Amino acid sequence: MTLRAMKLAPYFFILPALALFAIFKLYPIAWSFQLSLFRTEGALQSFAGAANYTRLVADPLFWTALRNTGAVLAVQVPIMLALALALSIAFNSGLLRFRSFVRLGWFLPIVTGPIAYGLLFAVLLNPQSGLVNWALGLDIPWLTDKFWARVALGLALTWHYVGFNAMVYLSRLQALPADQYDAAAVDGAGVWRRFWHVTLPGMRPVIVLTVVMSTIGTLQLFDEPYVLTKGGPDNALLTLGLYLYDNGFRFFDFGYASAIAYALTVIIGVLGIIQFRVLRDRT
Amino acid sequence: MKRVMLTSSMLITVTVVLVPFYWLIVAATHSSADVFGSTPPLLPGGELMDNLAALEQRVGFSRTILNSVLISGLYTLGAGAVCTLAGYGFAVYDFRGKELLFGLIMLGLIVPGQVTLVPLFKMMLAMDWLNTYQAIVLPNLALPFGVFLMRQSMSTLPKELLAAGRADGCGELRLFVRVALPVMRPALAALAIYLFLYQWNDFVWPLIALRTTDAYTIPLALAAQTGATDTDYGAILAGTAVAAIPMAVLFLFLQRHFVSGLLAGAIKE
Repeated sequence: MTLRAMKLAPYFFILPALALFAIFKLYPIAWSFQLSLFRTEGALQSFAGAANYTRLVADPLFWTALRNTGAVLAVQVPIMLALALALSIAFNSGLLRFRSFVRLGWFLPIVTGPIAYGLLFAVLLNPQSGLVNWALGLDIPWLTDKFWARVALGLALTWHYVGFNAMVYLSRLQALPADQYDAAAVDGAGVWRRFWHVTLPGMRPVIVLTVVMSTIGTLQLFDEPYVLTKGGPDNALLTLGLYLYDNGFRFFDFGYASAIAYALTVIIGVLGIIQFRVLRDRT
Repeated sequence: MKRVMLTSSMLITVTVVLVPFYWLIVAATHSSADVFGSTPPLLPGGELMDNLAALEQRVGFSRTILNSVLISGLYTLGAGAVCTLAGYGFAVYDFRGKELLFGLIMLGLIVPGQVTLVPLFKMMLAMDWLNTYQAIVLPNLALPFGVFLMRQSMSTLPKELLAAGRADGCGELRLFVRVALPVMRPALAALAIYLFLYQWNDFVWPLIALRTTDAYTIPLALAAQTGATDTDYGAILAGTAVAAIPMAVLFLFLQRHFVSGLLAGAIKE
């Protein structure tokens, strides 16, 4: 093997990925920005400067979509992650019997695709004759009332993601050094104090990871609200992803859709950096 | 006492989590009228075939399943090769621009995929590739998470193993094929499962690029059935069961690879 070939070898290995990434990711990302500066009218395009962005800021539906997404972020994500943390501690407990069955059962929903479980929840939560209302003996207007539609979305998302997040936490719990717990126990620290002072600090890296992952995922939310109510009732489940899709592929307003896409990117970037900083540095 | 309480409460909650799966099987095997009757059925029925026949008549569901299997299979092979090659390149070698190029691809984890939808649509339209397999398979072949996963796995390759191969006069490509790949079999299995599942469940890009019933994948065909006034939920849930149950069974058989594949990024960060 010549030295020259050795030097070229790594580029040969990464070339397919780089070329495909450039063609189908980087180039579209740049193109999308260019499109966002143009006005689309039928097949015609004319340079519009920042007009799509000023229209966006003045568009009440954009703010509705942003608020809906923000509500999921502020309510569903913290509840789900707290639940996942509690689950992971139960999964890890020496007192738990049927341990692998319990872990597997909670993990199974992540395998189900969003359209599949979205449809399933739509039927389970059918207000007139769904299984949930029947079992509860109630008439909750799931999916037809703005508030309950949001609860339904939160339930579906939590069902799908909580076990996965619990397994992420579990993998970290199992890697935490036992001697810290022993030391804390010797010092007479109770269960709660040990949780606050030993477990939680040790879990920080994975908590940061799951918060950032959930944020990125939530901001791109599309499949579940699409299949549950197509964004309704009265735009209660309208997300940025749905609004982008409507503008791009129902009204074929590519310029405006691209502006929404870029706004989304900026929001994800800014939130991601803030979360990373805040959660990383606080010790 | 504590043991009994913890175990029983966890068994109750896990039952609640599993109810939707059970009910999917029940509802898929009953007619729409039964599913939404005044008392829902609680045991599986015998109408799965009728439901699938109705779905066949509405969307040509056998064609839909074939599309999903072929697209996911082709994607798994293609993306598996691309991500494994790149992961190996980034993990095993030192070269100029390595960190920059890797960082560039990892940018794809943060930039929302939705940014590329409009340009990709225009691209596929210009190529006359709408409603084709390549329109779905090509854009995500260089999946950032796949590259990340393989770099993590490949970085555990013992350097001595590669050095020994080189000392025996093994070329770089042979080294990859003969030495690295066999050792990495579990990681490759995890990657393959992840990629297949990713493509099997993908929705928004296929929704945009596949616009005729003939070209639909399973999620598209199912989503297209809702909203009509005569929505046949028995048929929809039969189709949903076809989409979800094989994946759940696959998961139960391959859970070790599966869990490690999905968690790999998280464990090592």
